[in-house]
Amino acid sequence: MKTKKSEPLFHIVKRKSMPIKYQMLVRLLAIVAALIVCAVVTVITTKMNPFAVFSAVFSGAFGSTRKVWITLQDTAILLIIALALTPAFKMKFWNIGGEGQVLIGGLGAAACMIVFGDKLPDPVLILIMLLSAVGLGALWGAIPAIFKAIWNTNETLSTLMMNYIAIQIVAFFTIFWEVPKGSGKIGIINQNTNAGWLFSVGNKYLLIIIIAILVTVGMYVYLKFTKHGYEISVVGESEMTARYAGIRSGLVIIRTMIISGGLCGLAGFLLVSGIHHTITTTVAGGQGFTAVMVSWLAQFNPFAMMGASLLIILLGHGASEISTSCGLNQSFGDIITGIILFFIIGCEFFIRYRVVFRKKGGKA
Amino acid sequence: MIDLVAFIPRAIGQSVPLLYGCTGEIITEKSGNLNLGIPGVMYVGGICGVIGAFAYEQATRGGQMVGFLAIMIPILCSLLGSLLMGLLYCFLTVTLRANQNVTGLAMTTFGVGFGNFFGGSLIKLSGSDVPTIALSRTSAYFSCSLPFADHLGWFGKIFLSYGFLAYIAFILAIYAGFALKKTRTGLHLRAVGENPGTADAAGINVTAYKYMATCIGCMVAGLGGLYYVMDYASGIWSNDAFGDRGWLAIALVIFCIWKPGIGIIASILFGGLYIIYLYIPAGMDHMELKELYKMIPYVVTLIVLVVTSMRNKRDSQPPASLGLPYFREER
Repeated sequence: MKTKKSEPLFHIVKRKSMPIKYQMLVRLLAIVAALIVCAVVTVITTKMNPFAVFSAVFSGAFGSTRKVWITLQDTAILLIIALALTPAFKMKFWNIGGEGQVLIGGLGAAACMIVFGDKLPDPVLILIMLLSAVGLGALWGAIPAIFKAIWNTNETLSTLMMNYIAIQIVAFFTIFWEVPKGSGKIGIINQNTNAGWLFSVGNKYLLIIIIAILVTVGMYVYLKFTKHGYEISVVGESEMTARYAGIRSGLVIIRTMIISGGLCGLAGFLLVSGIHHTITTTVAGGQGFTAVMVSWLAQFNPFAMMGASLLIILLGHGASEISTSCGLNQSFGDIITGIILFFIIGCEFFIRYRVVFRKKGGKA
Repeated sequence: MIDLVAFIPRAIGQSVPLLYGCTGEIITEKSGNLNLGIPGVMYVGGICGVIGAFAYEQATRGGQMVGFLAIMIPILCSLLGSLLMGLLYCFLTVTLRANQNVTGLAMTTFGVGFGNFFGGSLIKLSGSDVPTIALSRTSAYFSCSLPFADHLGWFGKIFLSYGFLAYIAFILAIYAGFALKKTRTGLHLRAVGENPGTADAAGINVTAYKYMATCIGCMVAGLGGLYYVMDYASGIWSNDAFGDRGWLAIALVIFCIWKPGIGIIASILFGGLYIIYLYIPAGMDHMELKELYKMIPYVVTLIVLVVTSMRNKRDSQPPASLGLPYFREER
């Protein structure tokens, strides 16, 4: 039997709330700490001088005017996907099917480009592409939502399976429409006529960035100031409360997932019509998953997501610059992104909880 | 018609990584942790084994490899790698109470990146002069089947033609099913997953059980990655070859309603579905149809998910606190 009762060295207390200023400080410190760890990892694997590492990251993302635009454009796409997923997450609906919703939207756009390429005037064609992309994305989001609403099917796994179904459908159509036969890819669609290519405002990157900003503002207003947004937060906080308040949560789930999937479809449209002008199974490039983390890191705040997606894209481009210049594998960026994410995920603890150490004399 | 004697061994070969992942994830989920990082963990388990084997093969070039070391070094490296991933997941979700879905996805990003990075850069980083990572010597030890398998015709082919890691997968799954159901540790673990508050009040160390179950689960899953590289792929690492098996393993957990015994049958079924497209005649001028056949396992998973949720039976439900962090002061 123990006779002497020992008091633990520290215990953990939940904070009531932390001023925004300190929250930002904690996150900033976490990012700085993560960058230091990343730099150490980079120096060990590449044997580069640590300052050279940071300058390489910087030149990878902002080295020339073109690179700056590409960084902003990629940020815009990631931002749109993250914004698309946000209303679903706020409702505690874990939509990790962003990848598939983007892909199937892209397929919708590409299909219209191929089928109607030389039959319709350009503005009509682009409008049809947009509609079919958004519609297919919304459908892809609605299917798991309907299962969830009626039978409470686990949405994490059903949306995930929808990703792979979308990938195989795209794989099917890439061989169906392959140019030339036997190459296994579609190649640039309408290269001579540019039919269905997104028109440019200023330069070819600006329009996508403007759309992303509009979506950000729109999503902020939608979540914060509309009845739908309010219903989403109530369903997310407690389904019981929602039922008590007369909110039909099944309907809210389906409606929100249609919006979520539709916006992912928009991102797919922009990727196909505005950037790649072709469709492959990797056109979404894992951004459906990265966007989950962007949305969560920003605590579902649309404006904070701008910063989060810029950070992720910046590091990705930087890491790819380093891996190219050192002849290393492109996946280096994923390792760096992973490390940063671990630190930011971990730092949330210090925002929500407080560690109280044992005081001398035995009384805490 | 499908040649079953040729088909079944290939289906079982495909099923082993799924079974490892599935058993590992069941153990993890029984503690209330939904570890979406399993795909990443399996990559890490695979590549760590490759790194270990690569180092040992380089060290014994021209010389003779000791069979025991050739097997133990990759296994220990693989276990260590996946253990570290498990500890990281536990530290973030149990100790720091982070969101499990986000942590899991971050681990998958990291793990897949880690696997592909070292898979693609190992040769350059170690400064050796071999063209590709082909660990055929190590693989020979791993895929060595029972000596009398060849003499027993179809019986030998279907039951005895696998490397030892395949048999370990089946033994582990059966043992996990037994331990969860019949032992005191298993009972405590299930209590933690169902209602950590009650378990805590009964004097069970919730944190210790969560750490233990998740780390063991990750180590088991990591062996799946090792099996894939060393046995199935004959010791040749190619980036992204492991594919989405980790995700399928997580889906299998629901398919087999958290019972490792059913997991064995389910994984063999899925292993078969995974390669069935090779056996459906499509003709040379309709190669695109093969891509549609590859969709079958995912569609089946989706249907199974929906059907199990429709039936909604009491004994086929997930652990009640799955995915939720436990904080004693919030009871």
